[in-house]
Amino acid sequence: MPELIAPIAGNVWKVLVAVGDKVELDDELVILEALKMETPIYCDDAGTVTEIKVKEGDAVNEEDVLIVID
Amino acid sequence: MFDILRELIFTSGFVSLSGGNIIMWMISFVLLYLAIKKQYEPLLLLPIAFGILVVNLPLTFLMDPEHGLIWFFYHYGIELDIIPPLIFLGLGAMIDFGPLIANPKTLLLGAGAQAGLYVTFFAAVLFGFDLQEAGSIAIIGGADGPTTIYLTSKLAPHLLGATAVSAYAYMALVPIIQPPMMKLLTTDAERKIVMTKLRPVSKLQKICFPIVTAMTIMLVVPPAAPLISMLMLGNLFKESGVVERLTNAASNELMNVVTIFLGLSIGATMTAATFLSPKVLFIFFLGLFAFAISTGAGLLMAKFMNLFLKDKINPLIGAAGVSAVPMAARCVHKVGSEANRRNYLLMYAMGPNVAGVIGTVVAAAILLKNLG
Repeated sequence: MPELIAPIAGNVWKVLVAVGDKVELDDELVILEALKMETPIYCDDAGTVTEIKVKEGDAVNEEDVLIVID
Repeated sequence: MFDILRELIFTSGFVSLSGGNIIMWMISFVLLYLAIKKQYEPLLLLPIAFGILVVNLPLTFLMDPEHGLIWFFYHYGIELDIIPPLIFLGLGAMIDFGPLIANPKTLLLGAGAQAGLYVTFFAAVLFGFDLQEAGSIAIIGGADGPTTIYLTSKLAPHLLGATAVSAYAYMALVPIIQPPMMKLLTTDAERKIVMTKLRPVSKLQKICFPIVTAMTIMLVVPPAAPLISMLMLGNLFKESGVVERLTNAASNELMNVVTIFLGLSIGATMTAATFLSPKVLFIFFLGLFAFAISTGAGLLMAKFMNLFLKDKINPLIGAAGVSAVPMAARCVHKVGSEANRRNYLLMYAMGPNVAGVIGTVVAAAILLKNLG
């Protein structure tokens, strides 16, 4: 099952999708905030969001799983 | 009655007002606008702008030696070189040297980006500045406010207002000045390079880093001691993890307190008489030149390193070798993501960025040693 991984450490600024949403390649799914800069994280695989592992305000490390897509 | 009125008028500031004062008010208003509306470095620009305004109100004597209120802040804080090292203590407590420890090669980028300083030094001498003034102007290229203030206050205190304001201005203008240089000196393919993952850095390495760095730099260039010792002490507070209260005090309360006195004092050095000269315009121009050359040198240094590296680095991170932390790293990240939106260069750029801070301090110490 494809996963959206945090490419950098930071705080979750916004989660732009909900469980059940259909997503396409290159959709913006999550916006991370690091060093006071918003960094959008793009979808790598088309599919349906089955699980969201983080919520807004969470601190994440590099390589943490953010979203699971089926 | 008439006498009282006359005295009131003649002891008021109005009669002593000069055209220069009014021009300085205008400069102050522009800086206030940039600080409040545009939020360009507001923590410093706002007290600087207010300092300019009040010192250009005649007969207030705020900067009168031995009497004026702001003169005392200036004398004890800046002339005696107390505030810039305290700012560095706070910076150290905030900076994560992890990306530099993980990728020590980036130290070369932080050093390479100091080339602009030396080029500008000679350019300033050609323009007729004396050696001490030229050193103070050149250091603007490092884009490090406290270091610029520290060096200028020792070498050419009469230029303090101009060099400090231009250093902070160029730090705020990183997102405008750097991208064109980045695009000019790199190809699209180079900007798309995705870098290999940084290795994890252990806590022990992070604790050893400030101790080893402090010892090494202070043994090699002793004049760097005031700034480097405070920077590394702050960092040791942070990385040791056992003095959270000191870390917080250094990076929040102390930093905020000294920032107020620093900004106000710098602004107050900018009286019409000292600031309104053609020399100051040259300083701004040469400062910009220094900053642009430093950016270019960092980029070219990264491209040069790529000739020898198996895992190529994205040359954009070289531009972060100027020390404006974290503005330059953010700028690299942004330009990199424009070329390839799955390229997240932020943390890679932080390596040269924090190396740039160290590089600028060392460059300042070398200038101080030779010119002071």
